Amino acid sequence: MIAFQNVSFSYEKERPVLQNLSFSIGDGEAVGLIGANGAGKSTVMKVLLGLLPCEGKVLVDGIEVGHGTLYEIRRKLGFVLQNSDHQMFMPTVYEDMIFGPLNYGASRAEAEAHADAALAQLGIPALKHRHNHKLSGGEKRMAAIATILAMQPEAILMDEPTAALDPYNRRLVINIIRSLNQTKLITSHDLDMIRDTCSRVILLSGGTIAADGDAETILRDRALLEANRMELPLSLQ
Amino acid sequence: MDALAAGSSPVHALCPLAKLFATIIYIVVVVSFGKYDLAGLVPMVLWPVLLFEISGIPVRTCFHKLRFVLPLVLAVGLFNPLFDRAPYLALGGITISGGAVSMVTLMSKGTFCLMASFLLMATTRIDALCAALRRLHVPGIFLTLLLLTYRYVGVMTEEVAIMTDAYKLRAPGQKGVHYTAWGSFLGQLLLRSMDRAEELYAAMRLRGFHDHFHYAEAAPCTAKDAVYLVICIAAFLLLRFVNVAALLGSLLVR
Repeated sequence: MIAFQNVSFSYEKERPVLQNLSFSIGDGEAVGLIGANGAGKSTVMKVLLGLLPCEGKVLVDGIEVGHGTLYEIRRKLGFVLQNSDHQMFMPTVYEDMIFGPLNYGASRAEAEAHADAALAQLGIPALKHRHNHKLSGGEKRMAAIATILAMQPEAILMDEPTAALDPYNRRLVINIIRSLNQTKLITSHDLDMIRDTCSRVILLSGGTIAADGDAETILRDRALLEANRMELPLSLQ
Repeated sequence: MDALAAGSSPVHALCPLAKLFATIIYIVVVVSFGKYDLAGLVPMVLWPVLLFEISGIPVRTCFHKLRFVLPLVLAVGLFNPLFDRAPYLALGGITISGGAVSMVTLMSKGTFCLMASFLLMATTRIDALCAALRRLHVPGIFLTLLLLTYRYVGVMTEEVAIMTDAYKLRAPGQKGVHYTAWGSFLGQLLLRSMDRAEELYAAMRLRGFHDHFHYAEAAPCTAKDAVYLVICIAAFLLLRFVNVAALLGSLLVR
């Protein structure tokens, strides 16, 4: 589904953020992308979505990410931003939800059907006509996920999906992520959440892959995590 | 404004195109009054006041939301009394200059036009308004610009609120932001707003946005909307060409 082939990127020439990164993610896989601050997690997401140009090749479903393919690539990938306020810009949840489908050529009736299905899937139909600026942090996060699901993407990318959520809403989001059947790529410092939702983990360090493999094996490796400025998940301490 | 526009009064239910035309005509009529024609102008306030009443939006909400713009409007004509000192009328024993009358007229015109514009925005959703403008063949790029500006104003005011709170918490006892901090405050505000605007725009592009908004399907104008527009135009023309204030005054004095 997703393939990085020798991908490099830098904001400044002498300080590369990603260096010769190569990995692939299969259909339906749930992958956690972890690493310390500045390891390059968010950059991986942005390169994948075509928001940053890079050296090397990034493929989504065999299509190379490039200027001419962005429309198609972004239809396949749904990205939930870390800050829901940055994602939701229409007055109400419903309008935000139909924004994507309408842009991709759905009729208003189809877009509404997609929106209703996403709201039902997340169990939040009551939020449909609520104003975005009046939602709580947890509701906003759920609504942000719903706006992406309404686009019916083939893969879902999430940047810190549980950041700034209380324990109840965090658990709610974790359960939702687990229930999604799409391919998932999730970046987070919340290693317990990664352990709950992902079967595979890619550990980034200094723009390179420090480890890539079974989530349980990597997340139990105290020495590996500490060598890369991380700690064991709380559930394993 | 979005919350106000989501109301369900008879004014909200009117076709956006009819409301837009009525507002434009109202503004044109208000502006067309002569600079000393204060008596003729004053009855024009009835239209917005009546619609505020019907729409259930308190007039004070309008003035509260426009509190930063109103002083600018009121500043128009502020110097008229200095330049135009010729006596225009006498009230009791007090002589009032033409400059004073023209100043009040200009201020009233500005305030009435603002009230009418606010009323339009408070009773019509922005995308419905854009859909109406699109039907008038206003270029799409202009409407996209309008919608993005409308959205980003909200983003910017949110950032102002966050920064002001952060400032107040570390500057106890100060009223507002001290002038020595204005430069850095504005600079930071600009940078933060740009960052946030870029994030928002990226979020839009990731959901297929290509410089074109899909507006809500505007309800077609019905006979009810046509009647509303005709009544508005008739009332405006009546108030423009018949000095209602003078007429009432002459009836009462007689």
